[in-house]
Amino acid sequence: MLELKNLNVYYGAIHALKSINLKINDGEIVTLIGANGAGKSTTLKTISGMLKPKSGEILLEGKNINQLSAPDIVKLGMAHVPEGRRVFAKMSVMENLEMGAYTRNDKGSIKEDIKKMFNLFPRLEERKEQMAGTLSGGEQQMLAIARGLMSRPKLILLDEPSMGLAPIIVNEIFEIIKDINKLGTTVLLVEQNANMALKLADRAYIIRTGEIELEGNARDLLKDENVRRAYLEG
Amino acid sequence: MEQIIQQLINGVSLGSIYALIALGYTMVYGIINLINFAHGDIYMMGAFVGYALTTFLGLGFIPSLIASMVACSILGMVVEKIAYKPLRNSSRISLLITAISVSLFLQYIMVYFIGPETRTFPNVLESNRITFFDGSVILDTKNIYILVITIILMIALQYVVHRTKIGKAMRAVALDKEAAEFMGVNVNKVISYTFAIGSALAGAAGVLVGIYYNTVDPLMGSGPGLKAFVAAVLGGIGLIPGAVFGGFFLGLVETIVSAYGGSVYKDAVAFAILILILLVKPAGLLGKNIKEKV
Repeated sequence: MLELKNLNVYYGAIHALKSINLKINDGEIVTLIGANGAGKSTTLKTISGMLKPKSGEILLEGKNINQLSAPDIVKLGMAHVPEGRRVFAKMSVMENLEMGAYTRNDKGSIKEDIKKMFNLFPRLEERKEQMAGTLSGGEQQMLAIARGLMSRPKLILLDEPSMGLAPIIVNEIFEIIKDINKLGTTVLLVEQNANMALKLADRAYIIRTGEIELEGNARDLLKDENVRRAYLEG
Repeated sequence: MEQIIQQLINGVSLGSIYALIALGYTMVYGIINLINFAHGDIYMMGAFVGYALTTFLGLGFIPSLIASMVACSILGMVVEKIAYKPLRNSSRISLLITAISVSLFLQYIMVYFIGPETRTFPNVLESNRITFFDGSVILDTKNIYILVITIILMIALQYVVHRTKIGKAMRAVALDKEAAEFMGVNVNKVISYTFAIGSALAGAAGVLVGIYYNTVDPLMGSGPGLKAFVAAVLGGIGLIPGAVFGGFFLGLVETIVSAYGGSVYKDAVAFAILILILLVKPAGLLGKNIKEKV
């Protein structure tokens, strides 16, 4: 589905991502974990076209998307649910969902998809006329994910969906991510909550100061002594 | 009593014009945080397009109005593309200085090519006067035209902003550019459309002023431009209802102050009100400082 080959990204003079190699197969949940500032969000922003890599390749279904704009990448079937949810606060839940379908022109099936989202997230239906800014943090996260799904992505990038949410809500969100994956969307999940992310994902990459430090089967990493010490305990 | 009614009539007409110009200010501010000081001069260009079409081509009122709106929307997009777009990631002060330069450029390019003198806008609208109270209150059909056209344009704007895809995209970009881009919105295109719509409204205001006051000149944009800016800030900059409210409010205040012998001070009063309101409600009369959940 997605492959990063020797990807190098700079913020001005700062070498933010150093020869990143990463691969996501169709139907997988892959998680990218690491500490604050390790380069997780930078990786996602580069994949979705907001940042341009200095060298290396980003292949979406084998096609090089290095130079494509963010809107073009959305059209190719990738959605990015940004860190901090970033719902449109002064637009209604309904309008937020419509914005998610911005690149589509099939009005009829957009309506059907909104219904599907309401089945997946019944709480959003109860609040469909409400301004998104008045929703609770968990509801905003649900809306952000639903909005991302409205573009009918093959691959969805989720940036820290657990951030700032109560543990019980985090569980709910992770269950939803599992459901979305079962319905056929490949997931790349960026998380600081390594424990939960590793339990959910098939495979994982650990990033540290812009480099991939470890990669492997999520369950193996969960048991790995070094990983436990660095990311799961304390 | 009669005088108050008369001034209300005049105030609503003046307010309509301020409101139309203020809408462009507020929309552009909402989307790129720029006080587009060239906006008053787009309005002047609109008045001249109307003048040229009615005088030299003999077009009627409505065709000239529409043509002027189209011309201004193109001009607005061109100004944005040439002057503001290259500065998208620069500081706000460079953008502001550029806007002032564009304003002076438009004014003096007109002075250069057609001269600074005031021209008479032809009487394309038959003016029927309806009198009340034994002739002491005059309602000109022009007043009605101005108000009706303003209301139609505002309803159309409201429709575009809330019901159409591009309007929703405009609001989304105003709220969060990056998030809008994640949705696949082409932000540059949306900014360009915003300038087009705002400038079209200014063009309409230009033609309406032409038929109302019967004169046009290359520097006519700076006064009403500044007043409309005040109106937009009064109502709450970035808010469409705020611009409309601010425009009518300012128009009424000005005419009432003039009516009671203060015509010399009407600008002073307008700006004094601005200062007072900003002291009490910095976000404008309709502005709210809502804290959003994160």
